[in-house]
Amino acid sequence: MSLNPEYLKEERNQAWRAELRSKTKNKERTLIERVKMPELAPAIRVKHQDREVNMGLELEQALKEATRCMDCVNPTCIEGCPVSINIPKFIKYIEKGDILQAAATLKETNALPAVCGRVCPQEKQCESKCFYVDKLDKPSVAIGHLERFAADYERNSGAANIPEIAKPNGIKVAAVGSGPASLAFAGDMVKYGYDVTVFEALHEIGGVLKYGIPEFRLPNSVVDFELENLRKMGVKFETNYIVGRTSSFDDLREEGYQGFFIASGAGLPRFMDIPGENSNGILSSNEYLTRVNLMGAAMDNKDTPVLKGKYVAVIGGGNTAMDSVRTALRLGAQRAMIIYRRSEAEMPARIEEVKHAKEEGVEFMTLCNPLEYFADAKGRVTGMKLNRMGLGEPDASGRRRPMPIEGSEFELDVDLVVVAVGVSPNPLVPSCLPDLKVTKWGTIVVDEDKMQSSISEMFAGGDIVRGGATVILAMGDGRRAAENMHHYLQSKLNN
Amino acid sequence: MNKIIEKTYFSDKVVQLVVENPLIAKSRKPGNFVILRVGEDGERFPLTIAGADPVRGTITLVVQIMGVSSSKLVALEPGDCITDLVGPLGKPTHIEKIGTVLAAGGGVGVAPLLPIVEAFKKAGNRVITVIAARNKDLIILENEIIKWSDEVIVMTDDGSYGRQGLVTAGMEEIIQREKIDECIVIGPAIMMKFASMLTKKYNIPTQASLNSIMVDGTGMCGACRVTVGGKTKFTCVDGPEFDAHQVDFDEMLMRLGGYIQEEKRATEIYSQKL
Repeated sequence: MSLNPEYLKEERNQAWRAELRSKTKNKERTLIERVKMPELAPAIRVKHQDREVNMGLELEQALKEATRCMDCVNPTCIEGCPVSINIPKFIKYIEKGDILQAAATLKETNALPAVCGRVCPQEKQCESKCFYVDKLDKPSVAIGHLERFAADYERNSGAANIPEIAKPNGIKVAAVGSGPASLAFAGDMVKYGYDVTVFEALHEIGGVLKYGIPEFRLPNSVVDFELENLRKMGVKFETNYIVGRTSSFDDLREEGYQGFFIASGAGLPRFMDIPGENSNGILSSNEYLTRVNLMGAAMDNKDTPVLKGKYVAVIGGGNTAMDSVRTALRLGAQRAMIIYRRSEAEMPARIEEVKHAKEEGVEFMTLCNPLEYFADAKGRVTGMKLNRMGLGEPDASGRRRPMPIEGSEFELDVDLVVVAVGVSPNPLVPSCLPDLKVTKWGTIVVDEDKMQSSISEMFAGGDIVRGGATVILAMGDGRRAAENMHHYLQSKLNN
Repeated sequence: MNKIIEKTYFSDKVVQLVVENPLIAKSRKPGNFVILRVGEDGERFPLTIAGADPVRGTITLVVQIMGVSSSKLVALEPGDCITDLVGPLGKPTHIEKIGTVLAAGGGVGVAPLLPIVEAFKKAGNRVITVIAARNKDLIILENEIIKWSDEVIVMTDDGSYGRQGLVTAGMEEIIQREKIDECIVIGPAIMMKFASMLTKKYNIPTQASLNSIMVDGTGMCGACRVTVGGKTKFTCVDGPEFDAHQVDFDEMLMRLGGYIQEEKRATEIYSQKL
């Protein structure tokens, strides 16, 4: 979904922006060094599961960083944003010192700015398209840090702005799942005037934002605040409700729901199917993170237990693997190891996550692949066998294919293993809809532009379509689905 | 929502709860389970649905006090609400007219067995049910089982009621007497293991409903994984019923003990608080 160039131009030509541009020469702007995110010291943060590592910019830092942005005629950064935030506009509001307006600009197109400012891989999106990177070979404007700053400023000011909402049209629509795709969908649909209900299977709203991403990266209180904003906008939430099971889609149709957005996520964790993998003490990253994040298992007053390991191996190289291994450190691991079959260059995790993990003392065992696990008489894992890998020619993913090196097997003592090698789509909801077209992997087939499924009033997005992606891509899907469901329902109404 | 309407003690440790939840009462099928959470600090745990009344909008759950979570659930009184209750989960039992069905329930496993017995009977099968427990006090739902069975055998380990012996003794007697087309067993893992070994010997297709450890119950965590026919399956979305002859019960028993230390510690702390 791209923003209308005419609108962008019009906004850019506003007097206040022209004035800001003339106030500081571009030459001066480019001489400013990119801001550094203040971080909690590694020695302190590894002791706290719930203390955020990135502490956020101070006002002075944000104003200075915002000045770096040259308010380009052709803001390519926006092309890199899956939810099409008007990036120069919000940054210029920061430079102007009107932070609340900056926050309001974010909310024009993004239901969860404080979340995105923390967990988006900006370096691969908006920031990779920044003029500084593209043309000047300098570090980009810190768009993500500024986004977080504006959203946090608004939250801390207590003056939360509620976006403008169209007159209610009385048409009921349902979002299935309450992760980022659904929340983005719900935010836009409620703005169009629909009566939106978000249905969640778990007892908490937020999906992966709650069960997956740890508090040290995304505090639950930040997510709750954004959810409260959606509530104030009129979005309704139902927990403990599995659409297709608790009630059928037909039941909901009878209750008047005319459109469905299915964003039930990539629930099913993958395992490697190697000997000993079902031993106790070997668990999926989903299980490990859910116990700690959603159920609060690290806290004494919570009933849910979590196994604590002295020697913890986390298998995988993505953000979930980093979240798991850093959680293990915070729960007292003496050795917390990342085991990844490719090299660090191929790791899908954000560079920032890898950097933070290393600072905290995580060991990176790259080019290593698990072969087998060993357990004691009670079935608890005690060790594993691995082999070393070399890199061959690029494979289908464009990354160099890891190849086992013969005779390189070795053993490692471990008492907890977290498997973070990806997820498969959750079959729970699609299995209730025999007419819904799914791929052989179980992802829902949609028209990519419209996010419309083979059942015309059903749209889908996020990991149930993509099979495993990022928060922001899911949100982009949610927005696209909302726009197209809106067109679909309106044209149906007018015919 | 989730208000407890009735509470009946079957014994000191086994309690039946009738819980208000009209949506699940309408949509559940025999073999389905729910996930519950009691209190904001509570853990999520599964219970198989023992019955439902769609008109009253209630479901029936039978719980045995084992640790902290079951104790917290049993501590609730009529009028109280269960904090969270979600379902129906799991694949329902495959019910069809096949001839003679031998149903075997051990301990509280008789509760989830009841709706399956009822469904097989209503589908036109001859249903013979063996219910078993350690002693007389732990035999539950006998009259309800009798209502939907052509014949019922009660077994107790100590002989305090019915016949003395294990569930398998009662089952084998029936199997030797007449042709059984299908068997369904629900109970403690160890009971299901031996029941399964027995029916394998006689080559009778057998379903077992597994009670694995779960967190979310929706396919997300994989805590409930079990090896069936050499392949890893998730009890919550692929089960809870599986071909018993293919289930690796030894691995299942091992996995059920995965949190035994944590459970013991939590139970001690909880009982000190009371």
